Amino acid sequence: MNAVTAQASPVIASQSHAEAESLLEIRGMYKYFPLADGFLEQLHFEKGRLVRRNEQVHAINGVDLSVHRGEALCVVGESGCGKSTVARLVMGLLSPSAGEITYDGQRIDNMRGKRLLPYRQRMQMIFQNPYASLNPRMTIQQTLEEPLRFHHPNWTTPQVQDKVADVMASVGIDPEWGKRFGHEFSGGQRQRIAIARALAVDPEFIVADEPISALDVSIQAQVLNLLMDAQAERHLTYLFITHDLAVVEHFGTRVAVMYLGTVCELADTRSLFASPKHPYTQALLSAIPRLEDDRPEHVRLSGEVPTPVHLPSGCVFHGRCSHAMERCRQEVPQLIVTDDGNQVACHAVEEGRL
Amino acid sequence: MALLEVSNLDVRFALRLGEVRALRDVSFTLDRGERLGIVGESGAGKSVAAFTLLNLIAKPGYIADGSIRFEGNDLARMSARDLRRVRGNRISMIFQDPMMTLNPVLSIGEQMVESLKAHRRISTREARAIALHKLKQVYIPSPETRLDQYPHELSGGMRQRIIIAIALLLDPDIIVADEPTTALDVTIQAEIMTLLRELCEKHNVGLVLITHDLGVVSQMTQRTLVMYAGRVIEQGPTREIINDAQHPYTQGLLNALPQMTTPGSRLNQIPGSMPSLANTPSGCAFHPRCQYRYDASGQPRRDCLEEVPEFVTSGNCEVACHMVRDMLAKEAS
Repeated sequence: MNAVTAQASPVIASQSHAEAESLLEIRGMYKYFPLADGFLEQLHFEKGRLVRRNEQVHAINGVDLSVHRGEALCVVGESGCGKSTVARLVMGLLSPSAGEITYDGQRIDNMRGKRLLPYRQRMQMIFQNPYASLNPRMTIQQTLEEPLRFHHPNWTTPQVQDKVADVMASVGIDPEWGKRFGHEFSGGQRQRIAIARALAVDPEFIVADEPISALDVSIQAQVLNLLMDAQAERHLTYLFITHDLAVVEHFGTRVAVMYLGTVCELADTRSLFASPKHPYTQALLSAIPRLEDDRPEHVRLSGEVPTPVHLPSGCVFHGRCSHAMERCRQEVPQLIVTDDGNQVACHAVEEGRL
Repeated sequence: MALLEVSNLDVRFALRLGEVRALRDVSFTLDRGERLGIVGESGAGKSVAAFTLLNLIAKPGYIADGSIRFEGNDLARMSARDLRRVRGNRISMIFQDPMMTLNPVLSIGEQMVESLKAHRRISTREARAIALHKLKQVYIPSPETRLDQYPHELSGGMRQRIIIAIALLLDPDIIVADEPTTALDVTIQAEIMTLLRELCEKHNVGLVLITHDLGVVSQMTQRTLVMYAGRVIEQGPTREIINDAQHPYTQGLLNALPQMTTPGSRLNQIPGSMPSLANTPSGCAFHPRCQYRYDASGQPRRDCLEEVPEFVTSGNCEVACHMVRDMLAKEAS
């Protein structure tokens, strides 16, 4: 691919990039999901003997990420790479198996109940499917009032209603429609309502898990514009989970590429798209169907994503990588900083082979 | 004569809330070995168009008018028995979700042998040999073991490959693929699409590819049909449509793509959303969202509101738009 500009200096990443002010910090995070919950489900019959085996899905395997204030950090990857799990862990919808999450200097992953409440207001989430994320038995007005009444119990009804009208207008939903139910709206309008609900409590940080994937092309542009306007007006910080690389290129400040529960490359958007370093990122970018070329040459990956139940040794990507060598099969690569300030977890890049 | 000739197709669904017109006046042709893309957003009628090609529209839907001529025979008026000889044999179909298309209680081999034996008088052994050969064609690793595996043992990409192998099983003349990679990841999508294209080219199979992804259409097809609210609004060579779209809707769709704007700036959005097919606007169905619906004095154009636009020829494309018609007339005079 590109000439070896990445004569990587073997500095461990997490120590070197402390300059930018980070709002959210994820350190050494792991998340396992047990495959069998109950004792009986763990019993297996093997070679005439009864054995107890508790297998786990290794969804996140040592992720370090920091989200800078005011940026849109995009997390991309294919299904099963753990990107949605990252979003859920950050929001406290799941608790990590190991590692810690700090928000604005405060560790939040071990907080519960009342202590977490102020953070729940500062961080909001937008989900993928607006058909499932709105309660079908609540009117739009009720849907939007609920978070306000919850987080501001001392507000008067007129105050709450003013705020709802305000936020509806800001996402382009006519406040007159408050009496209607979710099913009366199209997908794009529903997603606007979901965004309005997230914005109602004036958060500073929004986790958006595939917010436009369920929408049509012309509606995607509308919703993406809305998210960008909201960012500019309210100085929001986004953690944006998506599989759509064209959206990332447009929307993201920085991009983290994930594969099988690990971050394999973390770079600012422009340099990632201009010169992807990690072999997986290269394959991923070459697979985007572009409008221009009618004879595409994409990097073909051999094989398929291995199961996260039995992780490959060493670099999780080695089985599909054409640059894999003995070291890749044995040693887990760490994120290293290349000379353009980006981070790659790849032995080949580190050794200057790529 | 073209291999497949669809003319003035009109498909309706008789629902309790009234009659929904899913396709109106849809006409196109497909030559032997040609790859045609049908693009549109959800609700445009592209999937109904795909199903209609094989006369798979079930009640309450029906073909109200028009014909689907395949080698001169009208599929819309064929008996069920004759249709069975065409379906899966001469024209085969690939559906969107590879999970739903394969029978979960039959092994891959059984499903392949079943459809071979339904169309040809051959022994199970011969059928298995053909099945094996087809699995090799779609580059499935260790095809012998796959034949005895069940769908749940395979990944999504592998299943879609098997479905392509099944679609190719009886050496069809046309494959109709309805969003074949929408449920798959980008890297798998790229592989499946490359494979599908190579196979179509190698065996001179025609392809009707239904998709919402303009990038996919651009890389896969020679001609493109753009649909909106049940009608074809523009059709022509794919490159011409991608590079120089005439219809305001096609232009809007292309301009709404993130890659058409500089990163970080606002995207060019089309206001509003696709109308419901039960309640399509009068005249040109796109007029409520169209930026060209006003005349020079700022008044709404009557023709856009009232008359359904006829096709006009611009370059090698057919476009149904009053604005384009006027522009062409001005150029000509």
